[in-house]
Amino acid sequence: MKPMTAKEVTKKVIQNEELFILDVRNEGDFNDWKIEGKTFEYLNVPYFDLLDGVESILNKISADKELLVVCAKEGSSVMIAEMLEEAGREASYLKGGMKAWSEHLEPVKVGDLKDGGEMYQFVRIGKGCLSYMVISNGEAAIVDATRMTDVFTDFAAEKNAEIKHVFDTHLHADHISGGRKIAQKTGASYWLPPKDAEEVTFEYSRLEDGNEVMIGSTKISIQAVYSPGHTIGSTSFVVDDQYLLSGDILFIDSIGRPDLAGKAGDWAGDLRETLYRRYKELSNELVVMPAHFMIIDELNEDGSVSEKLGTLFAKNHGLNIEDEGEFRKLVSDNLPPQPNSYQEIRETNMGKISPDEEKQREMEIGPNRCAVR
Amino acid sequence: MNAAKVLDAKGLACPMPIVKTKKAIGEIESGQVLEVHTTDKGAVKDLTAWAESTGNELLKHEEDNGILKFWIKKANLLKR
Repeated sequence: MKPMTAKEVTKKVIQNEELFILDVRNEGDFNDWKIEGKTFEYLNVPYFDLLDGVESILNKISADKELLVVCAKEGSSVMIAEMLEEAGREASYLKGGMKAWSEHLEPVKVGDLKDGGEMYQFVRIGKGCLSYMVISNGEAAIVDATRMTDVFTDFAAEKNAEIKHVFDTHLHADHISGGRKIAQKTGASYWLPPKDAEEVTFEYSRLEDGNEVMIGSTKISIQAVYSPGHTIGSTSFVVDDQYLLSGDILFIDSIGRPDLAGKAGDWAGDLRETLYRRYKELSNELVVMPAHFMIIDELNEDGSVSEKLGTLFAKNHGLNIEDEGEFRKLVSDNLPPQPNSYQEIRETNMGKISPDEEKQREMEIGPNRCAVR
Repeated sequence: MNAAKVLDAKGLACPMPIVKTKKAIGEIESGQVLEVHTTDKGAVKDLTAWAESTGNELLKHEEDNGILKFWIKKANLLKR
């Protein structure tokens, strides 16, 4: 019996390798959120139904596939994997369980900048969050960092880049931002849209429409585009005239939901204005890089998540609803459940509460649920 | 509530609270109540689902100073 790391599982997801996942969490947790892979096969049997033995499920596990046992934190999966091996079936367990899966970040290079700099996307595969790092001439900017801040600071150090600016496209409700912590650690400026930051308890730089920030000596511009709708302050970025960082406004196969700060009705109009007017004015050649993905089909072959704006205008259902009433209905009615602990997460991101790491982990369990489809 | 047995599973991580609960419930009579103390937050969902799966009745649970307490009535006819 051996551990399999979240990184190894991520590789299997991206390369479409086969894997049989025996998830031993309770049924509710499994149905709510699991490891997604196009070529994965699943069996969910809670560990507490297997305490007397695993014989009853042996014939339900494909004999020719690699087997991974998964639970919330690791303990139960180790126990069940041991029982499986005693019964003659080779099995691995997910190291650190779904907690580790939720926290794993996979950096993927998504593009070159005109001056030779680079653009990286950090794919948080278990939760569907996407962060970005723009590196140019020894300087770096980070957008929508997650709370696993070491991953970002270590990566910048490896690239010999000094982190100068940290941005959040909006006040997040599905995950805890690492932006403020990175800024404190590195002396970088932390930028937030002021309309989302009315209640924050800390100093920040005001991110406003038309702001332009330079990274490196050869002027990689990060241009802010005010794009309300998911939140009232939501701001997108155009990087190097090539990439549109769309935050939680526009995703690959869906659009942002306007209700997580409690104002679905009010913000539906802003969302439509942003998507159907402001974004229409931008170049179709811009490559959209959102702050989330929802389904594994949104991943490109290299594990990154991006698509040309023109393609999204043609294919994304949320950008093709002519009738305003119908649009309003889509984004206000029948919304999916809200993300786990989203109010507490917002308060944490405002600096109003400071839960310990264990509590932060727990608050973030589950999928991001920031979209409507 | 009168418990026939109190199981102290504080400080134990999953799966031990349930493993011990299963063992302890085997040591009491049908209709008697087992009181379980644990600090593993995952136990709320898991003990609820376990009780449902085995036919034992979770009478109530509460949190007291970070300690989760459960009262489980042993079923008359256990499925397992």
